[in-house]
Amino acid sequence: MQSLIEQALAEVGASGDLAALDDVRVRWLGKKGILTEQLKSLGSLPASERPAAGQRINEAKTRVQEAIEARRRELERAAVERELAAGRIDVTLPGRGEERGGLHPVTKARLRIETIFRRAGFDVATGPEVEDDFHNFEALNIPANHPARAMHDTFYFGDGRLLRTHTSPVQIRAMREHGAPLAIIAPGRVYRCDYDMTHSPMFHQVEGLVVGENVSFANMKACLHGFLQAFFERDLAMRLRPSYFPFTEPSAEVDMSCVFCGGSGCRTCKQTGWLEIAGCGMVHPNVLRAAGIDAERFTGYAFGMGIDRLAMLRYDVNDLRLFFDNDLRFLRQFRAF
Amino acid sequence: MRVSFAWLREWVDVPWEARELGSRLTMAGFELEAIEAAAPEFSGVVVAEILEATRHPQADRLQVCRVSTGQGEPLQIVCGASNARTGLKSALAVVGAELPGGIKIKAAKLRGVESFGMLASAKELGLAETSSGILELPADAPVGAPLREYLQLDDTVLELSITPNRGDAMSVLGIAREVAALAGRPLTGPKLAPVAARIDDTFPVRLDAPVACPRFAGRVIRGVNNRAETPVWMRERLRRAGIRSISPVVDVTNYIVLELGQPMHAYDLTKLHEGIHVRMARTGEPVALLDGRTVDLQDDVLVIADAQGPVGLAGIMGGERTAVSEDTRDVFLEVAWFSPDALAGRARRFGLQTDASQRFERGVDPTQQERAIERATALILEICGGVPGPVVLTREAAHEPRRSSVPLRRKQLARLLGIGIEDARVESTLTSLGMNVERTEEGWQVTPPAHRFDVGIEADLIEEVARIVGFDAIPEVDALVPQRLRDASETRPAEYVVLDALAMRGYQEVVTFAFVDPALQSKLFPQTDALPLANPIASDLAVMRVSLWPGLLRAALENQRRQQDRVRLFEHGTRFVTEEGKLREIDSIAGIALGPRLPEQWGAKRESVDFFDVKADVEALAAATGALDSFAWEPATLPCLHPGRSARIVRNGQPVGWIGELHPALARELEFTQPPILFELDYDAALTVQVPSFKTISRFPQVRRDIAVVVDESVSLSALRERVTLTASSLLRDLRVFDVYRGPGVETGRKSVALGLIFQDISRTLTDEDADRVVASIVADLRTSLDARLRE
Repeated sequence: MQSLIEQALAEVGASGDLAALDDVRVRWLGKKGILTEQLKSLGSLPASERPAAGQRINEAKTRVQEAIEARRRELERAAVERELAAGRIDVTLPGRGEERGGLHPVTKARLRIETIFRRAGFDVATGPEVEDDFHNFEALNIPANHPARAMHDTFYFGDGRLLRTHTSPVQIRAMREHGAPLAIIAPGRVYRCDYDMTHSPMFHQVEGLVVGENVSFANMKACLHGFLQAFFERDLAMRLRPSYFPFTEPSAEVDMSCVFCGGSGCRTCKQTGWLEIAGCGMVHPNVLRAAGIDAERFTGYAFGMGIDRLAMLRYDVNDLRLFFDNDLRFLRQFRAF
Repeated sequence: MRVSFAWLREWVDVPWEARELGSRLTMAGFELEAIEAAAPEFSGVVVAEILEATRHPQADRLQVCRVSTGQGEPLQIVCGASNARTGLKSALAVVGAELPGGIKIKAAKLRGVESFGMLASAKELGLAETSSGILELPADAPVGAPLREYLQLDDTVLELSITPNRGDAMSVLGIAREVAALAGRPLTGPKLAPVAARIDDTFPVRLDAPVACPRFAGRVIRGVNNRAETPVWMRERLRRAGIRSISPVVDVTNYIVLELGQPMHAYDLTKLHEGIHVRMARTGEPVALLDGRTVDLQDDVLVIADAQGPVGLAGIMGGERTAVSEDTRDVFLEVAWFSPDALAGRARRFGLQTDASQRFERGVDPTQQERAIERATALILEICGGVPGPVVLTREAAHEPRRSSVPLRRKQLARLLGIGIEDARVESTLTSLGMNVERTEEGWQVTPPAHRFDVGIEADLIEEVARIVGFDAIPEVDALVPQRLRDASETRPAEYVVLDALAMRGYQEVVTFAFVDPALQSKLFPQTDALPLANPIASDLAVMRVSLWPGLLRAALENQRRQQDRVRLFEHGTRFVTEEGKLREIDSIAGIALGPRLPEQWGAKRESVDFFDVKADVEALAAATGALDSFAWEPATLPCLHPGRSARIVRNGQPVGWIGELHPALARELEFTQPPILFELDYDAALTVQVPSFKTISRFPQVRRDIAVVVDESVSLSALRERVTLTASSLLRDLRVFDVYRGPGVETGRKSVALGLIFQDISRTLTDEDADRVVASIVADLRTSLDARLRE
C-alpha cells in the first residue's frame, strides 16, 4: 500500500497542468481508479482484516485527495500568473486620442485680471472697437489739435469713425449707461498706427474706473498696489509719478519694483529698479460732466494698463511680437490651465 | 529735452548731485529718460598754442609744430591736420594722456621726426561725431589750462521727458523754476539787463491776426559780423542740448529757445520788403521753407509775410528768402507770442516738428518777449558786434492771454487726495511755483503765473500741491465698496469654460489682427463689403475683417510653413460686418483644423481631419449649451467653402454660424497641402446656455430595434430623423446611426443607412409586439414619405 501511495503522489507531483492532474485523479480515485478498486476488493479479505485494510485504503485515498487539491491550487496559481505575465503592457506608452490645446498667454493674463478685479467688486464692461471721435477723444478732454492726439497715432476710416486708441472710451459709455457710483474694468483690443520691436498696431489694454462720492487718490493707490501684488503673487513696491493725461487730474504713471531683479537694477528695468506698468489719475471733472455725472458730488479714479506687457512680465516673454506671430511652438508653452 | 546740469546751476543753486536731481525731477513729473556725461572720459589734454608750424621734411601732408603748453620748453608735435597753423590755439594731448576709447599717447617718431604728443580733433575727444581738423579754440583761451576745465566738460546732461501740458518747462529756465520749487531755493539766473539803442532804425510790423498773434517784439541790429566764431561755451551748451552750431546769429536764437523757452527768429533785414504782416495765409499761397521745401498753405495757417508774400510759417519755421547768411550785416529780430490754438496741429500737417512749434503749441510765456529780445541782442553784440535800434513791441493788449484766478477748497483737496495737507504747506508750495495765493473762507483763491497754461481748474491746483509734496506722501487706503450682489447669469457661460472646451479638444487659441489683407478677404467673401482703413499701416492690413477666417487661414499657413503638420487653431474676437449701412461688431469664435485627425500616435491610423471631426468639436460646444436639439445643420455654402461639404449652423431658426471645408481651388491657391476645415460661430447667439430642467427617468426597460433603410443620396439624416420621430412619437428615446453604406446590394445613387432605434415608455414595460408594431409603422411611413426600402 505504501508503495501505491508513493506512486500516486509521484504522479500528482508530475502532472504539469490541470488536465493531466485530472487524469491522475481519475486513474487513482475515479470510479474505476486504482484505490477505488482496492476498496472494492475488500470483500475478498477475511472479515477480521477488513476494518484495518479499509482504514488504510481510506487513509491512502485521503492523502492522495489532499495532494491532488494542493497540486490543483498550485497549478491554478501558476496559470493566473502566466496569464498576468502574458497580459503585461508598456505603461509608459502615451495615451490614445487628442492632445490638449491651450489659451493664448494674453487671454490667460486678461482672464486673471478679470478674476482679481471681479473679486474686489468690479464689473467687466465692454465697448465697440470702431469708435467715434467723441468717445475716443472729445469726451476724454482731448479736443481736436490737442498735442496728446499726436501721441495716439490713430487709425481712421475717413468718415469720422476710428479704431479706438485706448479702452478709455468704455469709461464714457459705462458712466453714461450706469451713472454713479460705479466700479468697472474694461479689457479689450486697441489700435495704434505703430509697428516695431516694442509696438504692435493691435494690442490689449485694461481700463479701470471707480466713481463714488468720496473716491480718493489714496483709494486709487491701494487698488493699484493690491492688484499688482495679486497679479504677480508677490510683495512689490509701487510708486506713482506725476504725469499727464488729458482725462485725469492729477495724473500719474505707475511704477512697480522690477519683477526680474527685485529693484536692484537689471536690463529689463534699464538699471532703474522700476518698471512702468500703468497710467492712472483722478477723473477730470470735464470727463465726468461729458458723461453726465455731477462732478461736484462725485469723484473718481481711472487707470489703464497694457495686458500684453503684464503678460510679458508674468510669463517672461521678451518680445511683444511673439504674441501676434501665432507660432504654435510659442503658444504651446502656455497650455497649463 | 536735454538739460546741462552746469547750465541749470547758473539759474538755481541745486542742492543735489545730477543723478539725485534726476530722480527728484522724475518724481515731480519730469521723467529722467537718460543721464550721460557731457564728454567721455579723457585725461592729459590741455589748451596749447601753436608757436610755429612748418612742413614735415619727409611728408607733404604732415606739419611739424612747436607747441606751447605755457610751461617749460615748447614741445615738438607732428600733426596731419591741414588747419594746424601758427598762432592757433588748440587741444594738445601730452605724452601720458589717455583719450576716449583707451588710446594712450606716447612719444613717437613720424617719418623720422619725433613727436611729443598729439593735437586733437573734436571727434578724437568724443565731442563731435565728425570733425575736420584739430579743435580750434578762441584766441583768449588760457594756454596750459586743462581742456576739461576750460570747456567745463565735467558736466552731466539730463534727458527729461516733458509732458505735453508743460510747455513752460521746455527750457533751462523752466526746469530751474521747478527745481527752485522742489528745493525751496530762489531762482538766481544771469542778470539780463536791457541793451540801450544806439540807432533809431526800426522796421514796421502789423498784426493782422491779433487773436493768433497779439504780441510781437522787433529790433533792428546793423553791422553785425555773422562770420564771427560762436564762442566755445555757447557751442558746447548747444551741443549738449543736441543742437548743431550754424552761425553766430542763428546760434543765439537757438540759445534763447533753450535758455528761456522763447522761440525767436532773425531775418536778413536787407531781404525784407516794406514791412512785416502777421496774417493768416491765403489758400494755395506757397512758401519756401528753410529746410528747402516749398509748401502750399491753407487759410488757417498763420504766416509772417512782407510785401512780397510769406517769409515763414509763424512759430514753426522761417523761410528761405529772408534767411540770414554768412554775409548778413543787418538783422531784424522777431520775438513774438503765438497762441497755442493758432499753432495746434499745423506743424504736423506739414510733416514738421520744430523746437519752436513744440513750444508754441504747448504755450510760451506771453510776458517775456522783451526780456528775450534784450538777452538775444546782448549775445549778438557780444559775438558779432553791431549797433542796435530800439525794441519795438507791437501788441493787441485785448487779445493777450490773461490768467484768471482759481478757487481751491481745503475740503476738496482732502477729499480728492484722501489726505489733508496743512494750510501753510499748501500756501508755500503754490507760492514756490510762482502762484499768487490769497486766503478765502473755504481755502484759497490762486492765480497762476503767466507761463502756466495748464492750471485752469481746482483739480490742477490739487495736482500741483500733490506733485510738489510728493505722491509718496499720500497713503494707500482701501475703499469700502457698498455690498451689492451682481447678476451672474447662468445662460451666459464663463468665457474660460468656453475657450478651455476648445483647448481640451486640441485647439490652440491665437490672436490675429482685426485688419486683414483686402485681397485675401475679398477672395473669401467676394460679396461682403469690408470697412477699409483710411491710413492702414500696411497694404495687407488694410480692411476690417468680416470674419475671423482670413486671420486664421494666415496663421495656419504660417504654421504649416514652420513645419507644423497638424494645426488646430481658434480665436475669440470681433468681426466687423456692415448690414444696411450700419456697422455691427459681432463677437465671434472661430476655428480651423488642418492635417491629421489625431496627433501622430501608436494606436491610431494616420488620417486627415475632415468635416465630421470638426463638426464633432462644434457639436461639443452646442451640447454644452444644454440644448443640442436647438441646433440644425443646413446644407448651404459660401463662395469660399466646398459646396458639398459646408453647412449653415442654425439655432432655433436663426443662423448662428458656418462650418465647412475650404474650397479646394482656394486651398490650392493659398498653398495649403490639403484643404483645412473651418467653423465660425456668433458667440452670444450660439453659446447661450439653456438652464437644465429635470425630466423624470423611466423605470421601465428599453427595447432596441435596428433597421437599415435604403434611400436616395439626397435624403439627409435630418429628414430621416424627422419622419422617424414623428411616427414613433413619445416612445422613441434615442436614434443612433451606426452605419452608412454604399456598394454592392445598394443601387447607384442610393445609400443604406443603419439606424439603432431605442424605445421606452414612461408608464409600462414595452413588449416585443409593441416594438415591432412601431417599427412596422416607421418602415411603412419611410416607404411612402422618403421612398425608402428596408434592406434585408
